[in-house]
Amino acid sequence: MNPAATIPIPASSDAYYGLALVLLLLAPLAIAGLALVNTGLGRSRSAAQAILGNLAVVSVAAIAFALFGAAIAGVLPGTAGGAGHAFHAAGHTWNWIGSGSFLLSGFSSAPVPAQLALLFEMAGVAFAAVIPWGSGADRWRLAAGCAATAIVAGIVCPLMMHWVWGGGWLAALGPDFSLGAGFLDPGGAATVQVVGGLSALALIWLLGPRAGKYPRTGISTAMPGHNAVYVLFGCLLGLVGWLAWNAAGAILWMNAPLAALPIVAVNTVLSAAAALGATLAITRYRFGKPDASLCANGWLAGLVTSSACAAVATPVESIFAGLVAGIITPLLVELLELALSIDDPSGAIAAHAAAGLWGLFAVGFFAPKPGQLIAQLVGIATLLGIVLPLVYLLFALLNRIVPFRVDPDGERMGMDLHELGGGAYPEFVIHRDESYR
Amino acid sequence: MKYAGLLVMPAGFFLTVAALVLFSQPAQRGVFVVCGLVVECLGLVVAVRGHMPARGESRL
Repeated sequence: MNPAATIPIPASSDAYYGLALVLLLLAPLAIAGLALVNTGLGRSRSAAQAILGNLAVVSVAAIAFALFGAAIAGVLPGTAGGAGHAFHAAGHTWNWIGSGSFLLSGFSSAPVPAQLALLFEMAGVAFAAVIPWGSGADRWRLAAGCAATAIVAGIVCPLMMHWVWGGGWLAALGPDFSLGAGFLDPGGAATVQVVGGLSALALIWLLGPRAGKYPRTGISTAMPGHNAVYVLFGCLLGLVGWLAWNAAGAILWMNAPLAALPIVAVNTVLSAAAALGATLAITRYRFGKPDASLCANGWLAGLVTSSACAAVATPVESIFAGLVAGIITPLLVELLELALSIDDPSGAIAAHAAAGLWGLFAVGFFAPKPGQLIAQLVGIATLLGIVLPLVYLLFALLNRIVPFRVDPDGERMGMDLHELGGGAYPEFVIHRDESYR
Repeated sequence: MKYAGLLVMPAGFFLTVAALVLFSQPAQRGVFVVCGLVVECLGLVVAVRGHMPARGESRL
């Protein structure tokens, strides 16, 4: 059952838009939570650079989106209208890029829903840009991170947002090809979470693992996060942001009325709770004791899954979706690190990309309209087949202009001393690498 | 090999889009879309294997 779809679409009112605005003002708490998680999962000698980087990434993302990303997303009507640029092929119209205005011109005179949509998307691109920052911890230069953010927030995310939310070809799968309601992504699981997670994968491929992570002999070196309190408090903070995020998304992209919002919030909590429970059980079974960082990743994976499902699923379905996300995440983190030599300190690939893809797939089963599963699969194919290669290509080109990786001396010294000239914890003893072996 | 994998992935995507245009029956469409996804997954596997660092490459 789709709770948002069974209740009539509300008449637009100032109070209703006011509620959406309040939710959007709370949504950045999810970014704050993720920033804490990213910082806590990195090493102490890079903590100041990590948290400053989160701030810088959010700033660059907001500016890049305002300058040209919003035009690609096509939120505000530009000179060619808000419909976007389309071409005709095989008897269908394929709306592939937005035609909105640059530099946010016309923002103040745009209709309130368009203004709110722009605010949601601006927060979304900042969120997506913060995700790979955690994956490049301890070796990604700040300047390169900012430059890469301009690509993610100014080009890749807006393109996907136009396809899904701006009347693009994925949104038109419903009316044009009779595939349910078109590709559904009310909370940004695809446009924000999976784009961020796949950007993290592309980044890790280009950066390589941290120095000393994979020695010539033996298993990979454990490099645990330096502050579990940051990580777990970030998870709690993220819940508040995610509740607002999913509710705002349900209002803006599904026209959900007030009566449908409490169940969206309940589904968000249930999904995260089920995922945490599953990860707790899995890590307890595998390691003898629950693992704090993996549990944090499981919690985040549940929240990411809820971004896809919360506005579409029932509470029981949300629990199921969260359970699966909580099982997948710790196993995938282990597989990536140990078997595939992918050094992802924040676990973004598992918690954001994989959990987001799972959530989008699950929507195909939960949504009531026939053909919805195929629409969701086409959306997933777009993320894997277009977004990942595109991000990789753009990052690889950028890497030639602004080298991503810090030099070996800087990595040995720590990003704080190398890039900022001072550490986050000047009164603490900073451990050498050998202490982890 | 890593670039080959990344090139195979868009090929799988175009297979899924072709399924939308070529078939009108949901079952046929579904099978073809899944085939496209399988091709993408193969490309992803090749790309992942191509990017795996040799052991000891990251040693200090």
